[in-house]
Amino acid sequence: MNAVAWSRNPYLPHAAQVVERVEEGRDIFTLRLRLSDAGARAAYRFQPGQFNMLYLYGVGEVAISIVSDPDDPGLIDHTIRAVGRVTQGLQRLKAGDALGLRGPFGRGWPVEAARGRSLLLITGGLGCAPTTSMIHYALQRRESYGALTLCHGVKHPGDLIYGERIQSWCAAPDTQVLLTADKGTPEWRGRVGQVTQTLEDIAPEMFKGVAMMCGPEPMMRAVAENLLRRGMAPADIYLSLERNMQCAVGHCGHCMFGGKFICKDGPVFSYTEVSALLAVKGL
Amino acid sequence: MLGTAKGEPVMSVAGLLKRDQLDVLIQTLRARGYRVVGPRAKSGAIVYDEVSRADELPVGLVSVQEPGRYRLEDSGNGRLFDYVHGPESLKRFLFAPQETLWTVEQNGEVRFKETLPEIRPLAVIGARACDLAGVSVQDRTFLKGRYNDFSDPYYATRRENLFIVAVHCTRSAATCFCASMNTGPRAREGYDIALTELEDAFLVGAGSAAGEAVLADLPLQPAHEGEITQAAQAIDAAARSQTRRLDTENIQALLFNNLEHPRWDDVAERCLSCGNCTLVCPTCFCHRETDVASLDGKESGHQRQWDSCFTLEHGYLHGAQIRPQIRHRYRQWLTHKLAAWIEQFGVSGCVGCGRCITWCPTGIDLIEEVNAIRLPAALRRRHGAQPEAKT
Repeated sequence: MNAVAWSRNPYLPHAAQVVERVEEGRDIFTLRLRLSDAGARAAYRFQPGQFNMLYLYGVGEVAISIVSDPDDPGLIDHTIRAVGRVTQGLQRLKAGDALGLRGPFGRGWPVEAARGRSLLLITGGLGCAPTTSMIHYALQRRESYGALTLCHGVKHPGDLIYGERIQSWCAAPDTQVLLTADKGTPEWRGRVGQVTQTLEDIAPEMFKGVAMMCGPEPMMRAVAENLLRRGMAPADIYLSLERNMQCAVGHCGHCMFGGKFICKDGPVFSYTEVSALLAVKGL
Repeated sequence: MLGTAKGEPVMSVAGLLKRDQLDVLIQTLRARGYRVVGPRAKSGAIVYDEVSRADELPVGLVSVQEPGRYRLEDSGNGRLFDYVHGPESLKRFLFAPQETLWTVEQNGEVRFKETLPEIRPLAVIGARACDLAGVSVQDRTFLKGRYNDFSDPYYATRRENLFIVAVHCTRSAATCFCASMNTGPRAREGYDIALTELEDAFLVGAGSAAGEAVLADLPLQPAHEGEITQAAQAIDAAARSQTRRLDTENIQALLFNNLEHPRWDDVAERCLSCGNCTLVCPTCFCHRETDVASLDGKESGHQRQWDSCFTLEHGYLHGAQIRPQIRHRYRQWLTHKLAAWIEQFGVSGCVGCGRCITWCPTGIDLIEEVNAIRLPAALRRRHGAQPEAKT
């Protein structure tokens, strides 16, 4: 964690600028940001799966995972759905606009524990965003990881984002992408059905590797139970969780999940750590 | 130095301060640049407020505390600290109920400026053992250490500038259970000076170098064995008088194995979800952050204020509530306070002050709630090995 290597006060954002804003889908957009201060920019590093707190002037902060390439930390991408006050305001930012950024925070994907093993990424909806930097990371170190399979499910074909990126992943060596939509359309070339169904069509060796999931909690539970039935060990299944976050450093109490702070103990957990908690409603 | 029969930690004793000399302590602290805060009777309760003279302190008051009830009554004697405690702990002096963390100017670009609190040494007179325990628990949340990667500079600044004059309790309220939490009624550590109130004097000891320096300026008289024994006995008597006791044995497993226990529905029928318990709790640390922009739109202040896990906003995520029902929110509070806290910070979040019991408008007693969840298990243990009686 190097979040505060460049700031003594963990609550104080750094000034940043929008370099580019990309429309990804209806109410979904990506902000490419650059820290304004050269020293802060030079010191900034992140691990796949970590997140930043983005601050919109006069409105407030929101926790957003980093979706760009960890090897290029000078440009920091965040894919955001406009759903609350801060994110709706962020949606109106244009290239050149100023905002605040602090981070990175949290424990990301297990890049070391997964080294040498196959990677099975299972995502739902916008859950594809937090796994993107892991995919970049693995594809740039292709020989360090085994086969990579991405199973991604959306409700409607129109919800699919990252079309070009996904195309490029399909062309990467030893990499497979399975897309599915709950409901198809005539133009939809992917599968139709739940993301769990795509697991039927995966080579059995993939279940001997490491799984990484991100999406709605019921989806992740269903997928995890499915993977366990296929013989995966709970400790090899990882998932990224989300809760209300205000401070990002374990001080404000909002992201608590049983005894875990999602901001600092997560957002990535092994299924061993959280499976009992995930089974309880209203926690 | 004195050990007690029960093997309690030793108490450092510097001497006796006559009750009518207590003002010298206040004036000494003021002369050393401290803003001095002590107990004051206001709106029917003891609260902390600024004191400039000892005769401003309330005399001869006791608090009568029960679930959902707090009354101050005349004790008929001249003692100063028999009131035990009011709704406030030391929390607000370190973790401010509301403060601006930073300001930001917008003028094409954004410029952030941290707004650390003004450094003004503060001395608090009358802190209890439970309050010191509360500070020690909050230190684990807000100061960098084994349980925490980041220090909160606002808390840390105030913490470095706090001088604590503790009072060992010689009286317990009916809602107190610090003895069972092993936090009191004797203040063990974390104070600069500690007082034990005797008939017309205080037995005085220092707990830090700063405390020793202040004591050196006081007109102390030598303490005799009899007074030292009397003080220790009074504290022990306060511990023995406590009727409430929280059974913390195996409490993490107990609560987390009973997340769907019917008792959560039962307590939800009584809980108003008002958040009083979290406000009076010395250890509750939840806070929310909000922006307050200036009218001309050129500057905004990023504020934080105490939050409570009993509010709906606390669990807001993407337009939905994580804990929509009161049973979810009470369960969150109790399981966190008594169980999850241990996983997070290596210590219980409960110090046994009993404030959440006293200040709950419907008199919910967390000990009763835990017992109700524990009882069936205890019954099972007691009867489990026996064959069922034939009828």
